[in-house]
Amino acid sequence: MILRTLGMASVAALCAATFATAETTLTIATVNNGDMIRMQGLTDDFTAKHPDIKLEWVTLEENVLRQRVTQDIAAKGGQFDVMTIGTYEVPIWGAQNWLVSLNDLPAQWDVDDILPAIRGGLTIDGELYAAPFYAESSMVMYRKDLMEAAGMEMPEAPTWGDIENAAAAMTDKDNGVYGICLRGKAGWGENMAFLTAMSNSFGARWFDENWTAQFDTPEWKTTLSTYINLMTKYGPPGASTNGFNENLSLFQQGKCGMWIDATVAASFVTNPDDSTVADKVGFALAADAGLGKRGNWLWAWSLAIPAGSDATDEAKKFVAWATSKEYTALVAANQGWANVPPGTRKSLYENPEYAKVPFAEMTLNSINAADPNAPTVKPVPYTGVQFVAIPEFAGIATQVGQEFSAALAGQQTVDQALAKAQALTVDEMEAAGY
Amino acid sequence: MSRTVTTQRKAINTALAWGIGLLIFFPILWTFLTSFKTEATAIADPPVFLFFDWTLENYSVVTERSDYARFLWNSIFIAGGSTILGIIVAVPAAWSMAFVPSHRTKDILLWMLSTKMLPAVGVLYPIYLLFIKMGLLDSRLGLTLVLMLINLPIIVWMLYTYFREIPGEILEAARMDGATLRSEIIYVLTPMAVPGIASTLLLNFILAWNEAFWTLNLTAAKAAPLTAFIASYSSPEGLFYAKLSAASTMAIAPILILGWFSQKQLVRGLTFGAVK
Repeated sequence: MILRTLGMASVAALCAATFATAETTLTIATVNNGDMIRMQGLTDDFTAKHPDIKLEWVTLEENVLRQRVTQDIAAKGGQFDVMTIGTYEVPIWGAQNWLVSLNDLPAQWDVDDILPAIRGGLTIDGELYAAPFYAESSMVMYRKDLMEAAGMEMPEAPTWGDIENAAAAMTDKDNGVYGICLRGKAGWGENMAFLTAMSNSFGARWFDENWTAQFDTPEWKTTLSTYINLMTKYGPPGASTNGFNENLSLFQQGKCGMWIDATVAASFVTNPDDSTVADKVGFALAADAGLGKRGNWLWAWSLAIPAGSDATDEAKKFVAWATSKEYTALVAANQGWANVPPGTRKSLYENPEYAKVPFAEMTLNSINAADPNAPTVKPVPYTGVQFVAIPEFAGIATQVGQEFSAALAGQQTVDQALAKAQALTVDEMEAAGY
Repeated sequence: MSRTVTTQRKAINTALAWGIGLLIFFPILWTFLTSFKTEATAIADPPVFLFFDWTLENYSVVTERSDYARFLWNSIFIAGGSTILGIIVAVPAAWSMAFVPSHRTKDILLWMLSTKMLPAVGVLYPIYLLFIKMGLLDSRLGLTLVLMLINLPIIVWMLYTYFREIPGEILEAARMDGATLRSEIIYVLTPMAVPGIASTLLLNFILAWNEAFWTLNLTAAKAAPLTAFIASYSSPEGLFYAKLSAASTMAIAPILILGWFSQKQLVRGLTFGAVK
């Protein structure tokens, strides 16, 4: 009898212990950039509030992550509970029902506080499919000291003519200073992100309303000619292999008079630990050609939950925590306002403390200047500013990027590059059934 | 006079060998040096070689951010497991091909090697689906099996080449003394082929350790080995070369040390056929 009682007590204790320690493990796939790494370092705050949820991180390079996550979600592998995805993927995957709707996040998460341009890019048919973690646009970063020395002033909203004049004035090749640094490395997220955004300001578009490719139009010729002219005359050598990191390195070492790229770069180039020109950087909106559209893009790294996750409720708790106002305050308290994830919430830009950050206002203005639903001058059948939100785009744009990169390297003319881009885009779109 | 020429030639050959050796080794050396720089020094132009403020900060950041021990253990398990499993399967296969060949043996050997000619990505999706069905995604066992199968043709080929150098008469003599097939392979063939088996083991351990396609595609958080550890420090937006170099140094250090201590065995095994 005593043995039986002891046995039952043991079983009860074991059950209690099991229930007490029962926890859900969330596997989070993310990219290796400053804001994401910062979030990993602050998750003690989340696990303290949710002791029943354990977090496991899978950090991968952006392109590897994109391929892994696509493969897993398409094959229903269920390896990830939360994924970091971009503005390009959300409309495509949302339409396929691959993502869990986030319309039921708690009221205090305050969906109305999300900047409209960002929210619009993550919403399909009224369903919010991803919560923005940080957003970026592109803008002009330039050397104030070199402009002053040349007796020039950069307008707050320059035209492409202003950009060329500034580049010409700042170029001093004998001393290794190049007037302008732009992306030249081939890839849909590399040179084509910049060139597609730039083409919008010249009134070009990828497709007309009938999904016909438009590389044979004068607008694209003006775009590519302007780009090649700027880079050939005032750009650094070997520019056709330069991406974000290569240009960041050149700018930080004082070798670029001007760099037009992601707003997120502002915190790098103004960081005195890494940048030799930290106190000499000025900011301006991306250029225009007087047609009402600027050459800046819009991108948001966002957290989404794949439909195959078996811990949807716990994943929502994590997504709500990481993209909340409280998280912003947590980063500010730990690492200062300059390090909070930018570009997603109105309340951040209403905060007087954040307004003191030198690039805050320009980032907000740049984001507001981009409209993913009307990216260029003429009407288009797609959404996306520096991309076209269709599954075929990544493959086509990477091939087009290779042609444009070859033109920059001097291997072919602008006309040849545009003709090849037109032919391959027509072929691919026909094959895809458009 | 002729002696002077020989010395000169020796000196030139030695200098040439050192030059080529250093050229091949330079990327590893540069990675090692970069791991002790700050991020700003890592991208300095002109590059700084030795005279900079050496810092261990990158190693401290990497060990704080990542569970290095777990990645290391996964690498040891997967590389070691796939190599041992491969040897267990390959020794009997190579024995039969070397000592009791049929008229199809050459074709089978070529067919086995032809599987290495297919780009791995061509079978990624079928294997991914199989792994989902079998519950092997993100498991050490699954990766061990895949890497064993991928390296098996090389293991069989290497062992076959070594076994062919061993006179069949010795095995016949063992058989005449009453040795069973099992004892013949374990007690007669294997001891004679130790240098070959050792070099096969080492080479395949290195290949499995460095394998990055399958290890990145079939793992997430639990079974990820050191290749995934390195990949987690690669960033398209942000200059983290010093931290990436520290992670790379930590990932290659174990295999480099193993290779250093076993180089005599490795070279002996690799030149086994040539010196006979």
